[in-house]
Amino acid sequence: MTGPLAPAFPTVDYGALAPVLIVLGAACLAVLLEALLPMRVRGRVQLSLTLVAVVAALLAVIVRATSGAPAVSTLAGAIAVDGPALFLWGTLLALAVPSVLLLADRSVEPGGAFLADPVALGEAEAEQRAREKAGVGARSGSSGSSGRAGGSSGGRLTGRGGQPVEGHTEIYALVLFALGGMLVFCASDDLLTMFVALEVLSLPLYLLCGLARRRRLMSQESAVKYFLLGAFSSAFFLYGLALLYGYADSVKLTDISLAAAGSLRPDSLLFGGLALLVVGLMFKASVGPFHTWTPDVYQGAPTSVTAFMAACTKVAAFGAILRVFTVAFGSTVWEWRGVLWVVAIVSMVIGAVLGLTQTDVKRMIAYSSVAHAGFLLLGAMAITPAGLSATLFYLLAYGFTTVALFGLVSLVRGPDGEATHLSAWAGLGKRSPVVAAAVTFLMLALAGIPLTSGFTAKFAVFSAALADGMTPLVIVALVVSAVAAFFYLRLIVLMYFSEPAADGPTVSVPGPFTTVAITLGVVVTLLLGVVPTAVLGWADGLSFLG
Amino acid sequence: MSPTVYLLLSALLFAIGAVGVLVRRNAIVVFMCIELMLNAVNLTLVTFSRINGSLGGQIMAFFVMVVAAAEVVVGLSIIMAIFRTRRTTSVDDANLLKY
Repeated sequence: MTGPLAPAFPTVDYGALAPVLIVLGAACLAVLLEALLPMRVRGRVQLSLTLVAVVAALLAVIVRATSGAPAVSTLAGAIAVDGPALFLWGTLLALAVPSVLLLADRSVEPGGAFLADPVALGEAEAEQRAREKAGVGARSGSSGSSGRAGGSSGGRLTGRGGQPVEGHTEIYALVLFALGGMLVFCASDDLLTMFVALEVLSLPLYLLCGLARRRRLMSQESAVKYFLLGAFSSAFFLYGLALLYGYADSVKLTDISLAAAGSLRPDSLLFGGLALLVVGLMFKASVGPFHTWTPDVYQGAPTSVTAFMAACTKVAAFGAILRVFTVAFGSTVWEWRGVLWVVAIVSMVIGAVLGLTQTDVKRMIAYSSVAHAGFLLLGAMAITPAGLSATLFYLLAYGFTTVALFGLVSLVRGPDGEATHLSAWAGLGKRSPVVAAAVTFLMLALAGIPLTSGFTAKFAVFSAALADGMTPLVIVALVVSAVAAFFYLRLIVLMYFSEPAADGPTVSVPGPFTTVAITLGVVVTLLLGVVPTAVLGWADGLSFLG
Repeated sequence: MSPTVYLLLSALLFAIGAVGVLVRRNAIVVFMCIELMLNAVNLTLVTFSRINGSLGGQIMAFFVMVVAAAEVVVGLSIIMAIFRTRRTTSVDDANLLKY
């Protein structure tokens, strides 16, 4: 077709987009398989598909990063595949491997940690009945379990013959969609793509939070809270987008930057838009005063989901924050940074002070993540190459530490599921020295003790902030680190220097999946602490496109 | 009539939605208030599209509608699930997780 109305198709750089396409393609395939495969094989097939897709996407990222291909902005400027984007993709996909292994584990909780109530039971029973009719597993007797058994916490859901009902396999498709959303989120070069990616990553996470087999009420409550607050904050993000569109007549990050440099429009649109946009982004990254969902959701969601969410969402959200700050608002940095100083201080102080009062391990880690978000913001606010590379390194280090830590949390179990109350962890060092040693190491990494990745990461972020003239903030951050170290060390003291309770929890022996995930997290935490130069070298010298 | 009026109207609708989220107790009503906020944004986008004389804002309004529809699907299913176990949709009753 020719003439003035001929559509101009945007060019698509499939090579650059390969990781995203692999993950989202596998997600669609997983939905299809969910509908077509019989229940017996579904779990194994879905798990293999997910792992293969994640590893293939990771390889595609590595090939792209090592080939020295130039940074491109593809899909009509919707997605920018540049150095930081590739680093963040690599981080996200590398973190997805242990997260998926934790999600897939069936050794700690028989049947897996996921079950959505009556539907799953009904499905399992129907399949069993069909099998009996065919004369395969001929067991007679009346229907074993009632569909509504799972209302309260505790009760183990069993199907016929005491076998635990197989958990859900949709989780793999949901995880892949969330991961695809995260990949797009931290690489999106315009705000509309960022908004759509934000929803694509959030919606599956809302669902995953509510699927716990145990303590269903808490799990569902966390899903409702996460959903309502998440939708509320994305409405703010969207209003910010609309105001910036009004200001710059475009939602491309580079156009906003250009408009901010020389526009006659009122600045109130620009800074009003920025403020609302930042609220949405900070919510996802669980920074400062926008953190209220974090402890509730971390505690209520199944622990493997918490691990995925804590590590990967933070990476994706800070990736987007870095990109928005650097590309769209780098030219006006002196006008908005003062406000973010306050946000960073509030975030660090809230995380450390409220972390002190927690009695639940998962909530404690949640508040620690709020404090860490404050530290990360320090690096993200310094719009310098050093700040960028330090923040990227911090995200990688923090992600692996968190995944391994939540993996370990899922091993300490009482009669009705995980025992996350601090008192249950007393004397763990005597009962299970290996688990206690691993937790100790990871806690020291979160506190930032040398020879762990936490120290290197904090050192890099603080020195970048110092070099950019944020001395008061760095002083606050150091004080807060000392305060936060107290509650990490308190857990260590509790594990080693108090007597185990007689009816205390048992420590499950993890299956291969969980073992691999935890080992990976611990080893990366150690390696990044001892020989950080390789990764720091890669993170150094990356720059955003535009 | 000046298009600025519509900007004010949409800001007002957004504020009504935000206040509704903060003060209402029923999860469904809270969710409706969030939808009101999203649609207020749509009005803003379309108005700016008119002021700027470009079509982008109107296209974006379609994106927002699609996303809002997907959000309804997920949101109502989550609210349904909690209603089945608790027999209530009041957000005040969901208070197991605190402090």
